[in-house]
Amino acid sequence: MNRIWAIIERDLRRFRRSPTLVIVSMIMPLVQLVVLGNAFGGKVKNIEVGVVDQDRGVPAVKLKEMFQAVAANARTFETIAYSDQASAVRDLRDGKINGVLNIPPHFSRTLLAGANPHVALIEDNTDQFVSATLEGTLTQLLGPYNQRALRPRLSAAATLSVVEIYPYVPYIQYLLPGTIVLAIFVSAMIGGGIIFIDDKARGLHEGYLVTPIRKFELIMGFTLAGAAKAIIAGTVLVTCGSLIAGIPDPLNPLRLARMLLLVVATALALISMMFLLMVRVSDPLVPRAIFGVLNTVLFFPSGAVYPVNAFPPWMKAMAVVDPFTYAVHGFKELVLKNTGLAAIGVDLVVLMGFTIATMGAATVLFRRTL
Amino acid sequence: MVDVEVDNLTKRFGDFCAVNALSFGVEHGEVFGLLGPNGAGKSTLIRMLTTLVPPTAGTARINGFDIVRAANDVRSCIGVIPQAMTSDLDLSATENMSIFAKLYGIPRDKRRRTILELLEAVDLAPWADKPVKMFSGGMRRRLEIARGLVHEPRIFFLDEPTTGLDPVSRVAVWEMLSRLKRERDLTILVTTHYMDEADKLCDRIAIIDHGKLVALDSPLKLKASIPGKNILEVSFAEVPEGWMETVRALPEVADVRADDHVFRISSHNGPRTTVELMEAARQAGIAVVSLSVQSTTLDDVFVHYTGHQLRDALQSAAKYNTDFMYQQR
Repeated sequence: MNRIWAIIERDLRRFRRSPTLVIVSMIMPLVQLVVLGNAFGGKVKNIEVGVVDQDRGVPAVKLKEMFQAVAANARTFETIAYSDQASAVRDLRDGKINGVLNIPPHFSRTLLAGANPHVALIEDNTDQFVSATLEGTLTQLLGPYNQRALRPRLSAAATLSVVEIYPYVPYIQYLLPGTIVLAIFVSAMIGGGIIFIDDKARGLHEGYLVTPIRKFELIMGFTLAGAAKAIIAGTVLVTCGSLIAGIPDPLNPLRLARMLLLVVATALALISMMFLLMVRVSDPLVPRAIFGVLNTVLFFPSGAVYPVNAFPPWMKAMAVVDPFTYAVHGFKELVLKNTGLAAIGVDLVVLMGFTIATMGAATVLFRRTL
Repeated sequence: MVDVEVDNLTKRFGDFCAVNALSFGVEHGEVFGLLGPNGAGKSTLIRMLTTLVPPTAGTARINGFDIVRAANDVRSCIGVIPQAMTSDLDLSATENMSIFAKLYGIPRDKRRRTILELLEAVDLAPWADKPVKMFSGGMRRRLEIARGLVHEPRIFFLDEPTTGLDPVSRVAVWEMLSRLKRERDLTILVTTHYMDEADKLCDRIAIIDHGKLVALDSPLKLKASIPGKNILEVSFAEVPEGWMETVRALPEVADVRADDHVFRISSHNGPRTTVELMEAARQAGIAVVSLSVQSTTLDDVFVHYTGHQLRDALQSAAKYNTDFMYQQR
């Protein structure tokens, strides 16, 4: 036990003298939280829409007025009047405007005759967020437009009432669970990957190997030392991240205690995974080279930035074996819903099982010689 | 008592045989030097003896313990100073030593006392609590020597302990090692590139080349074993045809090597050969540009047994030595 402590003590003393590792591992996820959290999830505004009115009848004017009312108030889009469709479409192709609303000739006549006239929306669909917003707003707009001034005496339309059981979750809060896991991962990657291999290449491990330390003690020492640093990074993110993202009651001690438990489970899982990946590596370039790839294949399939339900089957399969998925799910429960331990029981069990499996494999593969 | 027994020890890396069936013994209290060019197999041999690399064939016993079957017993009775300096730069001298004392399981009360004694012994006591990054190369090496002794080992392995140090630090390290050896009753196994150090400090020297033991004896006997007691280096203004044979035929000459106008003559009697050579040159009308007479050095022994000087060592084999580590000095 003393020998395990000696390895941990050495690592933590080094860390205390130059805490660059944890600071770096916290800065990247925090920057991501602030920038991504504000970059996504906001409402799209000021879309430029060309309006071509080839009808000029009263119903067409009424439609344009409703359109301009949205432009003036919600500012979802701005309207630009065009006299002909060809010049509007040319500007659309040149990227000067995002869409063209075309009211065809005979629109009013068709409408007044009781038939169903068409209004065309020609849109730049290369940006799905902009085109979806435009389509959504126009579809909504046509609803009231179609309502007749004189309503039928009996109406029997079913309506949907939505009940939200949690307060509104802005995207930055949705992103926080992934960010906490990312901070733990970056710390594990630097401490358990890059520094571990650098120490090995510098001959530091040779110093350990010539002492009568046992294989198990060495592995435990390396793992716990790495986990300790990852836990520090995770804990700072849990508190600072909650404050930045504006989580209600961020310093609730019970919630913090549950989060800390999950931080520990996540740190152990990610450090043992890293240890397994690095157990036979001796080239200091390897952990640096795989950093980006590993980050992408672990972070994005986990549901940290987009729901797993939207993934293609192969990515869903990745999510199932990705320890990030369970860590992110657990933190989502605790951060967004402030649930008890029962809600994250499966996540904790999977993370612990993952730790035992990867540690076991790493112990088998670890060589006590050079 | 024999502290180190090496019996047909062999290490192969693929097709490359780094250490080829080496056998020798090291008595307790000896300073045993391993000499050889880069890639000769010295470091691989030390790594096998210190349980860092498993042998392909053969055995070795350290203090009676087998290096494979009783590796942990071996580790407990040896101190190892690897080639690379591996102290933590951010930690102080005391912290570096304390961590190793814990790794060796030294009890707390003894730990503090031993560390202070050892830092005193390597003249680092005034800087005990300073971070190692403030130390010079020589100080760091001395700290590593102290660290290697923290568990009071019986046998001490040092892999090129003075490489990269300035001449003053080299002398300091060797003086320290000699003193520690006397005070602590150590057996020392050391590899070095410096022939003069090996000559002065080693009781016996093993010359290793291409993984094989080519010579093993005390420095004095090794020097006596090669032809010629003195080496004459003579530079002639011109060298007529047949001059080589004339020189070879001079009295007491054991061997002659020539490189253009410069002759290197091994002689059993330096003064006599010198007089005869000068006479022969005068008679032949050849001007002598320079002449020097030297006693045999370990360099001559090394060249004699390996056929090349240290600096001629091939680098191709060295990758087996160094692929695990880059050196930070």
